[in-house]
Amino acid sequence: MKKLLSILLILFFSQFQVGYVMAGSDGALELSKKNKKENVKEPKDCFEKLNRVTFSFNQGLDKAIIKPMAKGYRNLPDPIQKGTKNAVTNLSNLITIPNNVLQGDIKSAFINTGRLVLNTTIGLLGTIDVANKMGFPKYVKEDYGQTLGAWGVGPGCYVVLPVLGPSTLRDTAGSFANVMGGDPWYNVAVDGNNEFLSESLYITSKAISGIDFRSDNLESFDNLEKNSIDYYASVRSIYLQDRENKIENNQRGSIEVLYKNEDDWEEIDNK
Amino acid sequence: MNIKKIIIILLFFNLNYGYVYSVEPEVFVQSTVNRASQVLSKNISKEEKINELKSIAKDTVDIKGIGLYSLGSARKNLDESQIKKYFTLFEKYFLKSFSSRLSEYTNPKIEVQSKKILNKNYTIVNSFLVATSERPKVKIDWRVYTKNPNNPLIRDLIIEGLSLARTQKEEFMSILNSNDGDINALFKTLEEFSKG
Repeated sequence: MKKLLSILLILFFSQFQVGYVMAGSDGALELSKKNKKENVKEPKDCFEKLNRVTFSFNQGLDKAIIKPMAKGYRNLPDPIQKGTKNAVTNLSNLITIPNNVLQGDIKSAFINTGRLVLNTTIGLLGTIDVANKMGFPKYVKEDYGQTLGAWGVGPGCYVVLPVLGPSTLRDTAGSFANVMGGDPWYNVAVDGNNEFLSESLYITSKAISGIDFRSDNLESFDNLEKNSIDYYASVRSIYLQDRENKIENNQRGSIEVLYKNEDDWEEIDNK
Repeated sequence: MNIKKIIIILLFFNLNYGYVYSVEPEVFVQSTVNRASQVLSKNISKEEKINELKSIAKDTVDIKGIGLYSLGSARKNLDESQIKKYFTLFEKYFLKSFSSRLSEYTNPKIEVQSKKILNKNYTIVNSFLVATSERPKVKIDWRVYTKNPNNPLIRDLIIEGLSLARTQKEEFMSILNSNDGDINALFKTLEEFSKG
């Protein structure tokens, strides 16, 4: 039971980031336009009624716990916030690197390995982003959901998981991969026989990562909620657009990913 | 002879006129942003700012085009009176939502970087919101409708790769789907938002 609770907590914070982090990508894996079209499989909201109930529950949880924590975190001195962000981002390399390899992006795998080694050693356990100062390319997170997507696995139904947040069946499967041996940090901290690391340290690192992101986006979410006529649908749209962008490894706002569905605009022009 | 001269002068005048007043999309975006930025940095009440932002939006945004896009396939099922009612409600909804989103910012600095012409009707202008101590740099792309090059209009804002028009369209679709496609449910929601 304790183990199950731990896994749920870990999934929560992993999912929280997968769901909300709007990190771009380096565009290193170029897909042909034809392949991109083939890869685009629109998810369906198969469980909308249930999803909406779960969404309301998650909103309550956010308002009661996560948002206040994020506000408190923002009041910490800047160097502490920056160092914390750097450290948790550095740890995420441990998931990104295997996914770079699985997607055939060996160049990024090498670069990210170099980044991880430099930041962990010279960068004092990742608190200082030495690699960035040395001119390494911008870091782009990858995860198992993205890898499945890059392999052509469709998103499946859109789901809102209790506590875990917005996802798709594919991305949920990807999150489980982390705790099934896909995250070296989890393996060492939870399953490894190491007196300095523990399961609670792992969970704390994931929690901090989620709180850090929430803190970065306090106003954005407030603004979105205030100006939405259907907040649930807005979050779903943003989550799915973001995942689409990441899976197609397009730069944020790149022409390729955004302007492939021109039919509706063209139809309006022809009216 | 005089008539010929007049025709030639008129022809050149016309060419020149057309050239001078054809607005480059990136110039149009930068000028729109500057207008909005001036309003936001003014020492006036929030209400006054909202009213001025609404006026800018009316000049520079293709509200009807966005309205039609947001309806998705439902636009094919509406009769003329419904379309008319929809445009009225949508404009009120859009202006409120647009100005409310923007009025939260104080003196935002947006720098236009480049443009990409998609086709004769659309140009994407790339820009970014300059970082401050409180937030990172934000990438913003503008879908500019250029069918009439003398009067370009904004049709979408893509913030960090996320299209506002698409999000809005999916919101509208969700409301319609939850109400068996009843357009009156959407009308009611738009009315309530505008009043609230």
